[in-house]
This record gives sequence, C-alpha cells and structure tokens, in this order.
Amino acid sequence: MTAHDLRRRQVERLMFAATMLAAATTLGVLFFLLGYIAWQGATSVSWAFLTRLPAPVGEPGGGMANAIVGSGKLLLIAGLVGIPVGFLGGVYLSEYGRGPIAFSVRYAADVLNGVPSIVIGVTAYALLVVPFKHFSTLAGGVALGLMMIPVSLRTTEEFLRMVPDSLREASLALGAPRWVTIVRVVIPAAMRGILAGILLSLARVAGETAPLLFTAFGNRFWSEGWLQPTASLPVMIFTYAIAPYDDWHRQAWAGALVLLTLVLGANILARMVLVRSGGLGRSS
Amino acid sequence: MDATAPAPGSDVIPAKLSVQALKVSYGDAVALSDVNLEIPEHHVTAFIGPSGCGKSTFLRCLNRMNDHIPGVRIEGRVRLDGEDIYEPRVDPVALRRRVGMVFQKSNPFPKSIFDNVAFGPRVHGCKDPVQLRELVERSLRQAALWEEVQDRLDGSALDLSGGQQQRLCIARALAVEPDVLLMDEPASALDPIATAKIEELIQELKTHYTIAIVTHNMQQAARVSDYTAYFYLGRLIEFGPTDQLFTNPSRPETEDYITGRFG
Repeated sequence: MTAHDLRRRQVERLMFAATMLAAATTLGVLFFLLGYIAWQGATSVSWAFLTRLPAPVGEPGGGMANAIVGSGKLLLIAGLVGIPVGFLGGVYLSEYGRGPIAFSVRYAADVLNGVPSIVIGVTAYALLVVPFKHFSTLAGGVALGLMMIPVSLRTTEEFLRMVPDSLREASLALGAPRWVTIVRVVIPAAMRGILAGILLSLARVAGETAPLLFTAFGNRFWSEGWLQPTASLPVMIFTYAIAPYDDWHRQAWAGALVLLTLVLGANILARMVLVRSGGLGRSS
Repeated sequence: MDATAPAPGSDVIPAKLSVQALKVSYGDAVALSDVNLEIPEHHVTAFIGPSGCGKSTFLRCLNRMNDHIPGVRIEGRVRLDGEDIYEPRVDPVALRRRVGMVFQKSNPFPKSIFDNVAFGPRVHGCKDPVQLRELVERSLRQAALWEEVQDRLDGSALDLSGGQQQRLCIARALAVEPDVLLMDEPASALDPIATAKIEELIQELKTHYTIAIVTHNMQQAARVSDYTAYFYLGRLIEFGPTDQLFTNPSRPETEDYITGRFG
C-alpha cells in the first residue's frame, strides 16, 4: 500500500466519522427533545387536563381543553385559507406556469416563506383585528393560513411535477383537453403526495405562537365565537411557561406534550400516506 | 435534395393523410424540412432512419402533439381526409379523437385496467355503463389482451407486464375509435415475444385503421409495413412500397442505411 493510498483511506475514515457524527446529532436532538418533553409532561397530562378549563390562579388542577379546541378551530380556518390557495397556486405553477408571472409567483412564495411569523401576525392584526376591534379566532386562523400558503403551494407544485409527462401526453393523445388531463390524470397521480404536503404544512403552523399573540390573543375560557379571542396550545404554553408558578410550569410541559403528540401524529400520518403511494404509484 | 415522393400506386389507394412542404423548427434548430408524403388508408406506413433524423417529430405532427412543446414552429400542410389539420379552426383536441397515438414507453395511467381503456370514451361523454363495458371489451379484444385480463379488469394497470402494458395502451387508443393510429417505436422496450405480438396485432389492425409507425428497427419495418419512408437529418430521403425500398432502393443514402453501412 502506498502512502497515497494510506492517506486516502484516512481521509475517507475521517469524513465518514464526520457525517456519522452529524447524523447522530440530528437524531440525538430529536430524541432528547421528545424524551424530555414526554418525561416532564407525562406526569401532568390527565383526563382533567384534556377536558377542563384552566383553573384560576392559585387553585390547583384545571386543564387546557379550551386551548386544544381553540387550536383545532384555528387550524380549520388556516386550512380553509391555506389549502385552496396553495393547492390551486401549485397546480398553476406546475401545469401552466411559464415566464415572468410564474417566476414572480414562485419567488413571492419563497419570500413569503421567509417572512418572520411575527410579521404575518402584524399583517393579520392590521387586516382583521383593527377593523373588527376584536382579537379573534378568525384573525389567528387567517394568519396561520397565510403561513401555510408557501409550503402547501411549493409541495403541490413539486409533487405535480413528479408526475411523468408521458402520462400527460397519453391523456392529450386520447383527445382529452388540457384541464381534463390535469383533473383526471395529473392530480390523481400526485394526490397522496399533495395530501402529505398539506398535512405537513398544517402540522408546521399548528405550533406557531408569534402570529397568534395579537390575533387570536388568548382566552382563559371557552371562546364565544369565531370573532372572539380564543386560547390556543402554543400561546397557552408560552403564557404558562413564563408565569412564576410551579403548577403552571407543569401544565406548560403537559401542553407541550399534547402539542408535540398532535404534530408528530400528523407527521407520521403524512409519511404513511406518502409511503403507500409507492412513488406516485409507478413501479418502474 | 428533392424529397418529393408520392406513394407509388397512391392513385389507386386513397391517401388518409397527406403532407406537403412540412417544416418543423425549435427556435433556430430545424428538425424537419420539406417533407412531402401521402399515407395511404388502411395500410401500414413505417418511418425509419437513424436517431435524431426527425421521424418521431414527423409522427407527432400528424396529431399535433408537437403543439405542446414550447418554441416549436410548424409550417406546411398536413391534410387528414383532405382537411388541413393546422387550420386555426381545427381543434387539436377533436383531431386527436380521430388520430390516436401509442408511445414508445408504455404509459398506462395509475388506474385500473378498465379505467385505463374507458378513459377516452368517458372523457368524450360516454357514461352508460353497459356501453362502456362493451367498448372496453371490444378494445381489449382488438388489442389481443382480453383473454389475459378479463378476470382482473379492476386490477391496477401497473401490475401488467411490459408487453401487456403496451397492448393496454393500444386498447386505450382504440377505445376512442380513431381512424388513424400513430405508433412511436411501440415495441422498442419489449422482449422479442412481446414484440412479435405487437407486430401481429398491427397486421390485424390495418383492416380497420390507417397505421403509421416509427421504428429504428429495419427488420420490423420490413415485416409489418406496406410502405416505408426513410428519414435522414430532418429530410425525407425516400418513400415507397416497403419491398421495393428494401430490395431496390432508388437512392444511395437509403441503400447505405438499409445495408447497415451506417446508422
């Protein structure tokens, strides 16, 4: 073995070790996070926590039922805003988008993706809180919906692009108009991927706190309607975590565990949807 | 290079498709120029030539599939039953119902066998389930696939073998009931047995359809076609009855190619 060969092997071993270390760090951070939250939260999660309203300060017990329902309502509105816009925009970009307009749409989506979430919150505040003179579920949901748009749009586009052109040609050659081709061939072939992408974008915004601070605001009771402020898990966790009471801290951990479980569940569901599609349903 | 070569005997056999002074370019690159030829009805016409000679581009002009390629420019005339298919009032969607196409790589939809064949008729408004079943069965029989798939019409088309998938694509094209069937190297990705089946099928189909087939396999052209056109570097070099072109080509370039001196 020459000195050159020896050196080559050493470098290879070193590089391999470096990549392994990076991979292990990623995995380690995730498991540390999951484990620590589970350990801290598990002791405080109970049936009462999931079904009761927050207790008044100084009184033990109570739960976050209103925050769980509130997060659900916020995500519903977010979905109503983010899914249609993201989905249809993605279809446009993949199937029709050419030239400067498509370029601007794509660029805008990427920029929007990078806009700090607090700024999105301010925007929703100006658009929906100031005119109604109320913090509201609606404003919070719209803020989250705006955050969903870039991710759901780009994932929809990516999955539609993965549909081979040969399928589009097959349909066109059978005398199907362009839109029929898109609706009956292209979208069904990419549906699972699109669904998974939308689920992931919902999971992503489910944990957002900043856009909700001055839109949905917070509420220690059941929200009285879509135009009234509502509690949400992330904001509740934030409020409880910075409070000076030990009891609240434990509840914050419990809330974090619930939120994490929901987000993780959505992620796993998305993976399952994606895996069962077997790479767009084409075996070759 | 004068490439004008009407099909000998075309005065007896009516031309289904007639092409005049066809020129196709992508931006500045000319893919085809000065192509004149007539495709006779109820016969098989083969287009041969080395890779990149424009034979596929030519085929795709016949059902306007090139329209979807950005930057393409098509000049000249292509007449189907005497009517110019590039006239502005001709709807390419309606044209493709009359001129079907089978592609090089089989491209079944990720749907059931039945839904693949029923796709075209459904798109064109056929909703009656009885009629659809009949049409699907007839098309699969015509494509010599019925016996193999009749028990699993609801199974995924992607579970079929490569040769079966290609025959499914032929059945799918036939279900639209076109006049002309264009085939772009339909057997190039298949094993010899599957290829033989497709070739046999082409022979049976020509009684009802006018068939134009691109192939880079000269033996295949000799076996299946009645007329052969030889393309080279974007030009039509020679066009005539297949046996004549293969045994007694009139141009030296053709002879070089079919004797294997190049290509």
